[in-house]
Amino acid sequence: MSAITNEFLLERLNQEFGAKVISAELPYGMLSIVIDPSVIVDMLKWLHEDKILKFRFLTDICGSHYPDLKDKELCVIYHLQSMENNIRLRIKAFLPVSNPEIQTATSVYSSANWMERETYDYYGVIFKGHPNLKRILNVDEMDYFPLRKEYPLEDATRTDKEDQYFGR
Amino acid sequence: MDQTLIEQEKAKLPGNRLVSSDNVTEYTTLNLGPIHPATHGVFQNVLTMDGEIVIDSEQTVGYIHRAFEKIAERRPYYQITPLTDRLNYCSSPINNMGWYMTVEKLLGVELPKRVHYMRVIIMELARISDHLVCNSVIGVDTGALTGFTYVFQWREKIYDIFEQICGSRLTTNIGRIGGMERDFNDEVFRLLKNFLRDFPKVFTEFSNLLERNRIFFDRTVNTGPISGERALNYGFTGPNLRAAGIDYDVRVANPYSSYQDFDFQIPIGQNGDTYDRFMVRQGEILESLKIIQQALDNMPPGKFFADVPEFYLPPKEDVYNNMEALIWHFKIVMGETDVPKGEVYHAVEGGNGELGYYLVSDGGRAPYKLHFRRPCFIFYQAYPEMIRGGMLSDAVVTLSSMNVIAGELDG
Repeated sequence: MSAITNEFLLERLNQEFGAKVISAELPYGMLSIVIDPSVIVDMLKWLHEDKILKFRFLTDICGSHYPDLKDKELCVIYHLQSMENNIRLRIKAFLPVSNPEIQTATSVYSSANWMERETYDYYGVIFKGHPNLKRILNVDEMDYFPLRKEYPLEDATRTDKEDQYFGR
Repeated sequence: MDQTLIEQEKAKLPGNRLVSSDNVTEYTTLNLGPIHPATHGVFQNVLTMDGEIVIDSEQTVGYIHRAFEKIAERRPYYQITPLTDRLNYCSSPINNMGWYMTVEKLLGVELPKRVHYMRVIIMELARISDHLVCNSVIGVDTGALTGFTYVFQWREKIYDIFEQICGSRLTTNIGRIGGMERDFNDEVFRLLKNFLRDFPKVFTEFSNLLERNRIFFDRTVNTGPISGERALNYGFTGPNLRAAGIDYDVRVANPYSSYQDFDFQIPIGQNGDTYDRFMVRQGEILESLKIIQQALDNMPPGKFFADVPEFYLPPKEDVYNNMEALIWHFKIVMGETDVPKGEVYHAVEGGNGELGYYLVSDGGRAPYKLHFRRPCFIFYQAYPEMIRGGMLSDAVVTLSSMNVIAGELDG
């Protein structure tokens, strides 16, 4: 088993994608990079095919909503793993909420299919080229994206409950 | 139409069925589920059938979706544990422990060795009960009810141990952030000893019923197979991936909770079919027993919680008699203690594979974002590919051998 360090991984990514890798962090030992959304499929494909890195396993895709970040409100987070090198990588792509479009990863990983549907269902991220992009967990008739921060958990019309006593 | 062409078409079809002279095959649409006794949960599959052969399947999921990720954004950290119970409810202690470890990783808490060993015992018991249910249900679906009723008594005995430790049985909420809620008492050790003494004999009897059974072979070998490469591409983890021949286990790849101290094997299969999945789970039950025995033999003395007064509730008598303890108690229960900002991904080996928690904290009382990587949700999408071209009865056996749990599927 060859060991790859986070530094080596970041160096390879910088060599290959240059300025498309916007920033990098190392929270709790896992390399976490922010990238330009336009290169996501190229990057996943490259990571998957690379002879040394071998990121053959897509652990997870999920979304997140940051209403305060102008034009970067929605975030799609990819967790990848290279089992042979026993290393994990987190890729984040920020999208504007007015036009949340990103290429689908289904061409690289079959498992991305439902993960992307779930992310669409929760946050309304449009995955371009997805074979069957429709809601998966919520009802088809739903006309909003419930995990966005503007939707409170409690019924917004209630006046007998004050937010400060019940969470955020 | 040309007679030879009809003969050619006939030869392509499985079995010896007749094709009408105008060569039109009629497909039937069949609803399997959402409520069907053979699916052990709320799953709907709209099957396209050619006679008894499954041509295609379209899955509908979300019947018991409870929006845990949204609820978690409004709950203090300790109140999220009961939500994790309800993911894979066949092995909820593993989910609880995974959540505690995620928060402890965020907080940077160092646990005493005894807590690790106690947690390992609980997690391995949960794994045994999870695999017992799955394997005995494969028996039921192939027509052998005896094994199921027999081993269910022993699942009860595992639940008795959980009940002694934490007071509840199925949805356990076992342990706390920063340790365990109480030490194992003598009764727990007695029950554990009895279990380790008596269960292997029972398990051997159960194995003898199925493992080399001709009928069981015919029903399970080569049904619902998947290659290692496809399984990896589909994001399989846990026993289903190992049955396809890939020896990935989170307990070994990224040891947590002192798993590196224990000596155990990872059973793997070859063909990724129902029989291999069954045998991998059988093997894992034996390995879990070995781990529990080692943990009991080497149980370190010491405290059963870490020194984190900000997150671990003080003992009740201190709360009544000690001002500082009362303040901590109040602050913890109201969720007023500060949490560092950061993002953490932590994975544990659940009953069905890599159960991951992706937690983003903004320093508030509740997570800013919490995502559960639910193994069932990810590998269930391969189901149509696995049952295509097989018989309907094999599709049911494949479903139960994948151990898809509705709670984990829908989140």
